[in-house]
Amino acid sequence: MRHPITAAIAVAVVLCGGLAACGSDDSQDSAEPNGEPLVYWATNMAPTIEDDEAVLTPELAKFTEQTGIEVELEVVPWDALYNRILTAVSSGEGPDVLNIGNTWSASLQATGGFVPFEGDALEVIGGDDKFVATALAASGAEGQTPTAVPLYGQSYGLFYNKQMFADAGVPEPTDGWTWEQFTDAAAALTQDTDGDGQTDQYGFAMTGASVANNSHAAFILGRQEGASLFAEDGTPQFDSDATVSAVTRWVDLMSSGVTLPGSAEYTGDAEADNDLATGKVAMVIQQSGSRNALAALGFDDYGVSQVPVLDPLPEGGQATQTMVAGINISVFADSDQQEDALQLVNFLTSTEEQVILNAAYTTLPVVTAAYEDPTFNDDVSETFATILNDHAEPMPQVPEEGQMETLVGGAVKELVAQAATGATVTEDDVRSALANANEQMQAAG
Amino acid sequence: MRETTGFKVFRVVGLTFITLLTAIPLYIILSSSVKPLVDVRGEFSWIPTRVTLSAYSEMWSTIPLARYLANSLLVSVVATVLSLVVATFAAYAVARLPFRGSRAFSMLVLSTQMFPGILFLLPLFLVFVQIQTRLGLQLTGTYTGLIVTYLTFALPFSIWMLVGYFAALPRELEEAALIDGNGPIGALFRVVLPVARPGIVAVGVFAFVTAWGEVLFASVLTDRGTRTLAVGLQAYASQSSVLWNQLMAASVVVSIPVLVGFLFLQRYLVAGLSSGAVK
Amino acid sequence: MAITTSSPPPVDPGPVTSGAIEASAGNESRAGSESPAGSESPGGSESRAGIVPSQVVPPGRRGRRLRGPRSTGLLPYLLIAPALVLELVVHIVPMILGVWISFVSLTQLTLRRWTEAPFIGFDNYRNGLNPSSAIGQDFFSSLLRTSVYTVIVVSLAWAIGMLAAVLLNRSFHGRAFFRTFFLVPFALPAFVTTIGWSFIFNQQEGALNHVLVENLGVLDSNPFWLLGDNSFVVIVVVGTWRLWPFAFLMLLAALQSVPDDVYEAAALDGATMWRQFRTITLPLIRPTNSVVILVMGLWTFNEFTVPYILFGAQPPEQALLLSNLIYSNSFVNFNFGLGAAMSVLLLLALLAASLVYVRLFLNRGEDSRA
Repeated sequence: MRHPITAAIAVAVVLCGGLAACGSDDSQDSAEPNGEPLVYWATNMAPTIEDDEAVLTPELAKFTEQTGIEVELEVVPWDALYNRILTAVSSGEGPDVLNIGNTWSASLQATGGFVPFEGDALEVIGGDDKFVATALAASGAEGQTPTAVPLYGQSYGLFYNKQMFADAGVPEPTDGWTWEQFTDAAAALTQDTDGDGQTDQYGFAMTGASVANNSHAAFILGRQEGASLFAEDGTPQFDSDATVSAVTRWVDLMSSGVTLPGSAEYTGDAEADNDLATGKVAMVIQQSGSRNALAALGFDDYGVSQVPVLDPLPEGGQATQTMVAGINISVFADSDQQEDALQLVNFLTSTEEQVILNAAYTTLPVVTAAYEDPTFNDDVSETFATILNDHAEPMPQVPEEGQMETLVGGAVKELVAQAATGATVTEDDVRSALANANEQMQAAG
Repeated sequence: MRETTGFKVFRVVGLTFITLLTAIPLYIILSSSVKPLVDVRGEFSWIPTRVTLSAYSEMWSTIPLARYLANSLLVSVVATVLSLVVATFAAYAVARLPFRGSRAFSMLVLSTQMFPGILFLLPLFLVFVQIQTRLGLQLTGTYTGLIVTYLTFALPFSIWMLVGYFAALPRELEEAALIDGNGPIGALFRVVLPVARPGIVAVGVFAFVTAWGEVLFASVLTDRGTRTLAVGLQAYASQSSVLWNQLMAASVVVSIPVLVGFLFLQRYLVAGLSSGAVK
Repeated sequence: MAITTSSPPPVDPGPVTSGAIEASAGNESRAGSESPAGSESPGGSESRAGIVPSQVVPPGRRGRRLRGPRSTGLLPYLLIAPALVLELVVHIVPMILGVWISFVSLTQLTLRRWTEAPFIGFDNYRNGLNPSSAIGQDFFSSLLRTSVYTVIVVSLAWAIGMLAAVLLNRSFHGRAFFRTFFLVPFALPAFVTTIGWSFIFNQQEGALNHVLVENLGVLDSNPFWLLGDNSFVVIVVVGTWRLWPFAFLMLLAALQSVPDDVYEAAALDGATMWRQFRTITLPLIRPTNSVVILVMGLWTFNEFTVPYILFGAQPPEQALLLSNLIYSNSFVNFNFGLGAAMSVLLLLALLAASLVYVRLFLNRGEDSRA
């Protein structure tokens, strides 16, 4: 027995040594003699991580060519990103530059782990005038120096299957559609097409099990009713009448039978995109990045219009159609190459790169000048750009944003599930679920 | 003992039940891997209406599957071997050499199984970074860090089981070795290990499986170059597109080396556990 | 310490060993009573000499075993040192850090300078434990749910594992196939098998609904399995499916060691198979059984993966286990102190339960021989 074990260890050690050497080859090969390469954590924007690398690698090569600064790219899967940022912040061991979900901005800003964009730092990236105003609004708490700047813009839009509208004889959505027109159309499109007594086509699908998307819905519809999730002094008020009424409106989409019941199980956008492409549902409200997913499904017979809004708006209501969605970029405060890191941020937010990258990801440029490029002149891009520029509000920029999303989105998710499983969800149910979420927020705060 | 007819019938019924229970999810994985993506997403059917092996060829370029597989095998095998060595020494001491604190050591080791694993995540990372900055031993983003983590994860159960094996072995074996002029370590290597080999194999399988499937720590402790399968496979299902058929095909393929290993080891497994656990 | 002792203290091998000893004591009665060791040293493992022909080592030599100067002193400490160092670095120090975190306010505001996080005493505990607050209610309902989950999953996994082990205990044509086949769930990463299960439970296209509605026609419309009360059923099924092969392996091993002659004697007495199982098999494998149940219980109580993969960071309320609650408090809500406080409570509860369990089920061997 001694021999096999000894042999096994020997093999293991050799294997380990060999592969470890391979492992470090990557970084050593690319390292310039004059210093370590910048480490850049990018988010997964394309259908696969390999696709992301294919998009970013040539651009980063351009950057190296222009500046002589080497960049080591790692595309971090979403599942891992948040935990890795947290461990990086608490340990000081992390990347130099990183992408973050823009709704995390205020939370991460509060950690003090990222370089504030002011003074020289702001100068290196060319000032903040170049950014789209709404996108910039989602980069940190009001009145504080942001520690992130926008990188890719996203907004919600109403995707619809043109063929299904034509078949049902329902007029296609137009910009300025009211919520009532939307629900009426959804009802008309909910049909039993083969006459077997079972509904097999629905007007709408949601991502009912996604905590984030449900919290977005509560926020957007809430703004239309004049709701604020936090009072002026920062106290949470998730169970205000306006939010209760907005969430009830959202859950009613499921209760009323115009929404595909199975979509209450959807945790990601992919399933709803697929339903739209296969003609199972006629409409989905998704972010602009879904265009890539639809293209991958080989589906292009769709239109995009603005998100429906209540009409008339209640007292204090805003015609909000989307929260400012998208990705921001930050520089890690513990980086010892902050100057180089800022140059990379400047490069990625330059007009030229904004055009290339946002076209590749079907996201929206966050610098105003990029919109002059013909790439973004098609109808769909213009619709999204209008929504982001004119009808978007940032989610509350508070350090507890993550918790708010969890609690509000979690409550809405449970309500949608109840509605889908056939339970009646009254406004009182909504109120008590939101009150519970509010209590948890206060207790934790 | 002669088996009654009743027992044989019972066995057929019982094995059928358990086989179905095991096989149905496995069949779903296997059949999804040979369906076109559209069919996997579409209405369920037991028999694939269209069979294609395209997922098996496309899966290699969607993610660096071969690289992840190599990483996983490397990390799991090294962690398994090292944890066997470490656990064997510790278990031998506890089982055979009287020392003060032996019981406290056993309970300490067991108590680590009572803390939610997820809560180790942040503290462990902080400890690793401290070691990194103070001792210069790079633990985050490297194979080393992951190996150290997994080998330790497997230790508590391995030590507990091996203590049982060793204690159950006849002492006379070692005494003979001692008389021949070996020290206790010599006795361990020359006499105890050969006899306990099956038990060690069993514990090794456990250690391997622990490392092979772990996701949470791997997702934080690895980077692009050291990412393991359990983490990497998830990339087939990204936010915007889910390549179910490739995911299933990839998992079928990566399981093959493991299954071959199990097939080879299963006879030791049974004999091994019996000699340790009870006999 | 034992250098000059002529009769060393009984080995204190920890609970597992005690169990093993107990079993060997059981074996003694049938494997032959000519072993002098059994009576010589009641507390030590050497009592199992009954298994080994005594001619391997003359009984007279026994006094010298592993007791000379070279076997004592530092050696055991050297042997446990690597394990101890690793346990300290990877498990114990993080655990102590975890306990410390439970007494401070560790949030996004303090994370970066975590060593300077303000000490807040028992606030986190008060917050998490207050049964009238929303957080406390969540904690207690999750604690109850996790306990129920553990009892059900461990019982089912044990029962299936035992059934499989009993069926594969005796040689028959095809046994090797089943023995390998039942280990296949181990070879696949949990992520994949759990996704496989979600294909089965999916409301629209799932295999289960396909069978219930289309194949059997027992239901008119597709029920939801991944939402509402049924989601608890789902985590029980998936949890059991992942766990039972472990029970199977360990229990099969235990069964393998029960000598055939014991059964033969019983069969001659006319005992039914069920009675043999209850009166012979179960008592004989009790030590392994007890360890397996203990370990499975601890693992299941800390289950995180199954709900996380099936439902993400925030499972439906009915499938929210404690580890998932702790995760969402710590990592999603940035309230590491609260998560740590819940974990410490969990640790204390499991420690108490384990100590009682070890005393009840794992140490009785010594008592019975005394």
